[in-house]
Amino acid sequence: MGAMQIREKADVCVIGAGHAGCEAALACARMGLETVIFTVSVDSIALMPCNPNVGGSSKGHLVREVDALGGEMGKNIDKTFIQSKMLNISKGPAVHSLRAQADKAEYSRSMRKVLENQNHLTIKQTEVCELLAEDMEIKRDNENKTAKKRITGIKTFTGAVYECKAVILCTGTYLKARCLCGEAITHTGPNGLQAANYLTDSLKELGIEMRRFKTGTPARMDKRSLDFSKMEEQFGDEKVIPFSFSTNPEDVQIDQVSCWLTYTNEKTHEIIRGNLDRSPIYAGVIEGTGPRYCPSIEDKVVKFADKERHQVFIEPEGMHTNEMYVGGMSSSLPEDVQLAMYRTVPGLENCKIVRNAYAIEYDCINPRQLFPTLEFKEIKGLFSAGQFNGSSGYEEAAAQGLIAGMNAALSILGKEQITIDRSEAYIGVLIDDLVTKDNFEPYRMMTSRAEYRLLLRQDNADLRLREKGYMAGLVSEETYQATLKKKAMIDAEIKRLKNLSVGASKNVQDFLISNGSSTLKTGTNMAELMCRPELSYDILAELDVDRKPLPDDVIEQVEIEIKYEGYIVRQLHQVRQFKKMEKKRIPEELDYHDIKSLRLEARQKLISYKPVSVGQASRISGVSPADISVLLVYLEQYNNKK
Amino acid sequence: MKNTIAAAATAMSEAGIGIVRVSGDDAIEIVNKIFRTKSGKKKLVDFNSHTIHYGFIVDGKNNGTDEDEVIDEVMVSLMKAPRSYTAEDTVEINCHGGVLVVNRVLEAIIKNGARLAEPGEFTKRAFLNGRIDLSKAEAVIDIIHSKNQFALKSSVKQLRGSVSVLVKKLREELIYEIAFIESALDDPEHISLDGYSEKLMEKTEKVISELKKLLDVSDSGKMLKEGINTVIVGKPNTGKSSLLNLLAGEERAIVTDVAGTTRDVLEENIKLHGISLNVIDTAGIRSTEDVVEKIGVEKAKKYASDADLIIYVVDSSIPLDESDYEIIEMIEDKKTIILLNKTDLDAVVTEDILKKECRKRYGDKKDIVIIKTSTKENTGIDLFENEIRDMFFKGEISFNDEVVITNMRHKEAIQNAYESMLQVKKSLENNMPEDFYSIDLMSAYASLGTIIGEEVGEDLVNEIFSKFCMGK
Repeated sequence: MGAMQIREKADVCVIGAGHAGCEAALACARMGLETVIFTVSVDSIALMPCNPNVGGSSKGHLVREVDALGGEMGKNIDKTFIQSKMLNISKGPAVHSLRAQADKAEYSRSMRKVLENQNHLTIKQTEVCELLAEDMEIKRDNENKTAKKRITGIKTFTGAVYECKAVILCTGTYLKARCLCGEAITHTGPNGLQAANYLTDSLKELGIEMRRFKTGTPARMDKRSLDFSKMEEQFGDEKVIPFSFSTNPEDVQIDQVSCWLTYTNEKTHEIIRGNLDRSPIYAGVIEGTGPRYCPSIEDKVVKFADKERHQVFIEPEGMHTNEMYVGGMSSSLPEDVQLAMYRTVPGLENCKIVRNAYAIEYDCINPRQLFPTLEFKEIKGLFSAGQFNGSSGYEEAAAQGLIAGMNAALSILGKEQITIDRSEAYIGVLIDDLVTKDNFEPYRMMTSRAEYRLLLRQDNADLRLREKGYMAGLVSEETYQATLKKKAMIDAEIKRLKNLSVGASKNVQDFLISNGSSTLKTGTNMAELMCRPELSYDILAELDVDRKPLPDDVIEQVEIEIKYEGYIVRQLHQVRQFKKMEKKRIPEELDYHDIKSLRLEARQKLISYKPVSVGQASRISGVSPADISVLLVYLEQYNNKK
Repeated sequence: MKNTIAAAATAMSEAGIGIVRVSGDDAIEIVNKIFRTKSGKKKLVDFNSHTIHYGFIVDGKNNGTDEDEVIDEVMVSLMKAPRSYTAEDTVEINCHGGVLVVNRVLEAIIKNGARLAEPGEFTKRAFLNGRIDLSKAEAVIDIIHSKNQFALKSSVKQLRGSVSVLVKKLREELIYEIAFIESALDDPEHISLDGYSEKLMEKTEKVISELKKLLDVSDSGKMLKEGINTVIVGKPNTGKSSLLNLLAGEERAIVTDVAGTTRDVLEENIKLHGISLNVIDTAGIRSTEDVVEKIGVEKAKKYASDADLIIYVVDSSIPLDESDYEIIEMIEDKKTIILLNKTDLDAVVTEDILKKECRKRYGDKKDIVIIKTSTKENTGIDLFENEIRDMFFKGEISFNDEVVITNMRHKEAIQNAYESMLQVKKSLENNMPEDFYSIDLMSAYASLGTIIGEEVGEDLVNEIFSKFCMGK
């Protein structure tokens, strides 16, 4: 008698339970679809295999945006952080960014609990080896799109088949993973976990183009072996601001732990330079492309040879462990060199390494194979998110996971999928960059990548995105109404302040003098006064006697909108121009060979990227403004012929 | 990007009339700012569509007050959307022709909020707004395509070497500062901005003064190798080089080309009665087996085919031969002045013989202008100069349109960069947070890039990673 093959049915299969997979699976289940999340190890759900923090410049924005859309990351870090800081607080509101140190184990456990208790969601520990798909040549939706294949299910290592309507690939760094620590090479995923060695071949068979990236992580040390008296203590903020818009600020005022700062020195650099030939990267053993933004200490020493020292941040990995993360010194040098170089750093002279630093190589895709919805252009029902798409970072992964999950669900529900554009969120910038630009290294979010960043602040993510989350069914009616109410209060207060005249009376002049501001020559209004750098909403309370009490978050928005109005209006104007081109859709079946006047380079790029809008086309390198003009005219004719 | 566009609708020449067209949402508002009726009472915005008005275009430097300087006396026609060529609000300004006047009118419009139209943009808008039959799409595409190809080719090529070096240098400085600010914003714990404002203020003022200088350069038209492309052709030893030397004599202003351009042929910029000539002296044309000489001859033919004006020098003391016939055929479609040179020697070739040879090939379709000269004794050269002047003012020869437009485009870009830098300065003076500086620094960087044909792309991210050590 032959073995019985298990055949299950689900709506969505999510492959991988890292930060992308968790958001994707939760979104699908919360939108009412039967969802199975596969992981090689249930114990590694929402694992943080690298730095022990969430957020940071521009990444904090992503977490806020995920939260506004109805994602989980913000809520989970609010429950499990051990230190929190608002970065760039002395700079403009657009670049303020939250970063919290996480208790890694707690973060993972807490997320697992959320997954375990989510209706419609099943967790399954097994390796997925194959994607099942069928050929199709159907018209899709009302937009006349056609796809070559359609996903029908997955097959596991043990032979079980799960039939489903959509698959979301969130394989992180696990595909054909290889870890390198000097000459020692293991074929494992992060933290020695089992790699996934079969799926790549199945993806290739489906026509998906694969590539190989690398990244790395520094050593973890035993806290008891470190001398903190030689380091500078780094505290958290006195008043902690939560990530999630739904977290009660009082709940996050906890006792925080400290991080520590120390520096490398010439001796450290000497050891590194003397052993470069033993680094797999410099010796050419590593073939993957590494990220420039978190360079290994070897890279820093080679590329910035004139720098006398580099910062090293010692960060706790959690409350119930002695392990400390050595931020700034990731490396793939052999164990003996690592130990020698770490021990030259003040405070680390007697350090004991718990886990060695290592570099990791893995398979991922060139994300230009995806629509901005994160669905594969050539395979209906197949979505992907996170490091598999060539990004890096927990936050980037979560953001994509959420969008991929929402769109997989929306597509199964027969609703229009969502696309977030560059003017709406950092998430939009992230995805557009991934699917439109040539990326040669793991992509990290950076504030300089967002051209409309004055509008995309972390403080207004709810005002920007709640509605989208609500429309998709991830944000509750109550929460959405609260956001609408907040918006109305902000608008009313700004209007009131603009209409509130202030005369040049003695009372007013005295007030201005006492606050170090110049006196009035003619009458003005309260909003104009607030634009002066030395005057704030708070300070003006003295003049503004009829003011009614408002929530802090409303006042914050009122103040930003008024103080930076000139700049904000300029960006809004740019956004209007931008939107015009985004709205001009390019039909999927359009044949660029028919457009004779396109330059050859432009035509090839357009064929390979298949942009969904003229706006996206204009951002592809090698497509000139003249090509865009030609395309516009052609499209006009094309659309009218139909 | 500004949405209202402007351009000269007629050729940039010394013709009797020039039309500047403005189209877009703010077209009427913009022209209103610089248009004054005779009485000074009525405003352009008050008039009905499809009416025409007499008045003056002023430079607008004093906000439409009487202090404003009058640029030209004009007729302005007003066409409100959708009843215009582009189906947008459109204003056409009929001014007195002449490159200078048309240029100044256009500049005043741009300063007040329009931008220079892209090649073919009016047509493109007309099409997109449904004013042109859909069946004409191919033709519209071709217009855009060919105009852009040409503009692209000419704009960078025409730039003076020294200008492009300066623009590149300024851009490098700007992107460095932006990358520094952005690195610090991205990684505040590794890179500090303490005390940076003072340093940036110094740099900002320096860039502003450099841009001011560049603006002056563009005002004087010295950014580009401008002028009527004049090519001297003829057989060897007919006196071509002597002619160039005569024209470029001490009493006339000579602008030699900047270093770095290839000098396979001799090129001089000569001002003749205020008319700028870009004179190229070519190798003598004759059938030859010598490889090196052959290359020179091919080049001469190529230059001749691109020329606005050909000066064909004939040695009157030796008979016409095959080479002459080849030249006569080559210049058939070109505006030409033939110099019958060496009148100091005994004439073998007469005006009649030469005319007959030309007529044999052209028939009556081309005017044949022949002037007798002796470059050795400097006779007839004044007649030749007068002929050029007459041709120019009759509009028979003109500047290369594109050069004037390119200059205007570059000037607009520098002006935009200049204004962005002033905004940086203002933000610095107002103690705005650092992230506000980089917004306008980036605009300045992008504007300057258009001059040398470079896009922004991944420049910033690359600069950040190559110049600043990021953390983690």
